[in-house]
Amino acid sequence: MLDVMSYDFLRDRQGNRLTGWLLMLPALLLLLLVFVYPIARVFWQSLLIENLGTELKPAFTGLTNYVRMTGDSRFWQSLGNSTIFTVISVALELVLGLAIALVLNQSFRGRGLLRTIAILPWALPTALMALAWTWIFNDQYGVVNDLLHRTGLVQADINWLGEPSLAMAAVIAADIWKTTPFISIILLAGLQSIPTDLYEAHAIDGATSWQSFRRITLPLLAPQIVIVLVFRMAQAFGVFDLIAVMTGGGPGGATETVSLYIYATVMRYLDFGYGAALVVVTFLLLILAVAIAAFILNRTRIQTGGSDQS
Amino acid sequence: MTHGIKNDQAVPLWRRVGLPLAITLIALFCLAPFLWQVLTSFKLNADIAAVPNVYWPTRFTLSHYLELFTRRPFLNYVVNSTLVALLSTFLALAVGAPAAYALARLNLQGERWLLAAILIITLFPPILLFLGLLDIVRFLHLGNTYLALILPYAALNLPLTILVLHSFFRQLPRDLEDAARVDGYSTPQLLLQIVLPLTLPALVTTGILAFIAAWNEFIFALTFITREEMKTIPVAAAQLSGATLMEIPYGPLAAATVIGTFPLVLLVFFFQRQIIQGLTAGAIRG
Repeated sequence: MLDVMSYDFLRDRQGNRLTGWLLMLPALLLLLLVFVYPIARVFWQSLLIENLGTELKPAFTGLTNYVRMTGDSRFWQSLGNSTIFTVISVALELVLGLAIALVLNQSFRGRGLLRTIAILPWALPTALMALAWTWIFNDQYGVVNDLLHRTGLVQADINWLGEPSLAMAAVIAADIWKTTPFISIILLAGLQSIPTDLYEAHAIDGATSWQSFRRITLPLLAPQIVIVLVFRMAQAFGVFDLIAVMTGGGPGGATETVSLYIYATVMRYLDFGYGAALVVVTFLLLILAVAIAAFILNRTRIQTGGSDQS
Repeated sequence: MTHGIKNDQAVPLWRRVGLPLAITLIALFCLAPFLWQVLTSFKLNADIAAVPNVYWPTRFTLSHYLELFTRRPFLNYVVNSTLVALLSTFLALAVGAPAAYALARLNLQGERWLLAAILIITLFPPILLFLGLLDIVRFLHLGNTYLALILPYAALNLPLTILVLHSFFRQLPRDLEDAARVDGYSTPQLLLQIVLPLTLPALVTTGILAFIAAWNEFIFALTFITREEMKTIPVAAAQLSGATLMEIPYGPLAAATVIGTFPLVLLVFFFQRQIIQGLTAGAIRG
């Protein structure tokens, strides 16, 4: 009996491989269609000139589009805007997200309700909440200006979305509101996996809570922090909905990120070849950023001594 | 200071004052923008445009909601969003569950590489895909059809679906499957009749995440759908304009936000636990 069973399992191994790949097939096809083909296609398209000048007929031009990019000040400005947006919003989100996660990790009445409330911004459609934030920052009727007037801090109406640096601050504020919850949730899961007796032992040794935060919480949370950093940086670098709705890239290109520039190049100027080259460069920059982050991720894993085995 | 209370029960000052303060601030921070939009959607135009702002209106109106459904095809937008989000979610689960099971149980070579590739894919924002996808949409004549959104949305949700289900499948005890194999179940039978019923909670979790992502998607819906009556709520709301160029319809805009966010508010309140579980399972795998 035993022999028959193990023989069956051995034979199954072979059949399993085939069944496995068959089960994978639909998923692989869908991923090829929506991720792999579009990226591959864009690499080829970036070598073509295909715009209103050629009546949208593609013609091979080699690296012309990439050469054009080096002298395109609007591209460099958008790259700068994307970088500023990404660095500032992700840094602030990380600090705020950690603070919120620390509060959510305390025990108090209504903690479940607060956790529900705290994930709400993450779940709501970005484009719709961008409308809400546009209204909040409205120069005439907006609630931000109203509160500033009431507290007597400012008398004049501030044109939040109409001044270059203020518009950038406004979209960053909206992004912080929208995506901090994601960071809080991931970091909260990390906090919950830290055994409490570590803190107790440390407290017996006379450590203050700030010291335990520095010596226990932060190092053990490092893997989760790196994960959210990678995720959020990639997302923030590709930000589209929020800025498209709030400012459309204005005023005067002050909030135009690379994604908005790509979209305008393709859909407004119908410059497909150049748009493709912009996509390729953005894609490669992201790969580079992810590779660097993955490298750091590996190093922190080693430093924390493989605290999470999975 | 703490006479009559044992020392270990004494609550430090930062906790007594700081914690309630922090809780209030977090709740306010997360809810205020949404609640302000809800309030605006019920205000009369005179109160919406009042300076200083009216925080506690005494008069309420449903006219902004009525306008959406009578003077605009908003019911179409609701139906479109619902159909596209539901169908793409089912497709993601139908395609993702077998793939996740194959990766978790069937000893494929390169399981780790496939999982890593799937994880890296989730990092690429849709702006990098829309141009190449436009080509496919044109080639297959999918423009202005539901399929133009259902296929990409299912694919966008596939990585997270596979990662989350993969980790759930791994946690299932093997004995049951081994016993079923001895009883002569084939792999598809095993999957459909034994494994999937057990993983219903995981399917609900990933289904909710996929639904939220599909409901919220913007850039593909903006690009592949141009016919007014085929639009989804986020795009339609973002393009809502007044009778004249200068007149911005703040009231209907607020009402559209409330309608478009309401299903998700419900989901969050009923499935908070599943959402958190799914998100962390998806991220921690990295």
